[in-house]
Amino acid sequence: MTAMGNNKISALIVDDDSIIRKIHKTMLERLFNMEARTAKDGKEAVDLCRSGAKFDVIFMDREMPIMDGVEATKELRAMGVKSMIVGISASASGEDFVAAGSNHCFEKPLDLAKVELVLGLHPNFST
Amino acid sequence: MHSNSFHCSLSLSLYSSTMDRAHSRRHVASMKQSLFDQGYLDEQFIQLEELQDEANPNFVEEIVTLYYRDSSRLISNLENTLERKPLDFNKLDTIMHQFKGSSSSIGAKKVKAECTLFREYCSAGNAEGCRRSFQQMKKEYAALRKKLETYFHLARQAGPLETAFRPK
Repeated sequence: MTAMGNNKISALIVDDDSIIRKIHKTMLERLFNMEARTAKDGKEAVDLCRSGAKFDVIFMDREMPIMDGVEATKELRAMGVKSMIVGISASASGEDFVAAGSNHCFEKPLDLAKVELVLGLHPNFST
Repeated sequence: MHSNSFHCSLSLSLYSSTMDRAHSRRHVASMKQSLFDQGYLDEQFIQLEELQDEANPNFVEEIVTLYYRDSSRLISNLENTLERKPLDFNKLDTIMHQFKGSSSSIGAKKVKAECTLFREYCSAGNAEGCRRSFQQMKKEYAALRKKLETYFHLARQAGPLETAFRPK
């Protein structure tokens, strides 16, 4: 899968759990051939984007210390970040994530099927 | 004559080694099936195995090792928090939420179930229930660790499989 222009899709995984960060990074890199970076909370994600890093897709966990996923999503949209933002929540409800500016919200865990669904929905991604 | 007997014993040796390997792999498959049948693991474990490849043949073992290393800190936090009076159910729930997330990510089905029960007791403000389910969770956590250590040891002996396979 590639973004327009045949470059690799770039992803940011935002989660306070180091195991989940490692699993998701590996999944995106090995199964989807993406370039994946990680951040351990919403503030780190916001700081990364503020420093100029650009991502095609951001997978954002909801509950994190310092700055949670919904707050980080609001900040990123307020900064003008146009990346696809996918909220990942422990519960099925995601209205607040979408209201904050995320494109989608899924219940944990993030798995292959969900990543495929999200990438398939995005107009800029081709298989 | 010597050359023939050499080739013969080499062939026998290879055959024996191949049969041993096949036997080991069946043993690994059987143990994995049993871990699923007994409810220790769920589909998430298979998803992890699908991330293994020739370059990273021990990925799942690395993740599980990381899990047991990181989660021991959360368990200590829970133990300390459970000793306080009165119990801070919000804090307990927050720590357990994190522990549940990690456990879920490696497919630790029974551990995850106990975490859910613990959180229900937290919501209900049931201190005795929390303490009971915490003890049960620790038992499941320790039992899974032992079984996975055996499983990974067998898997390393058997050598890498071509693909991750789903139990029946």
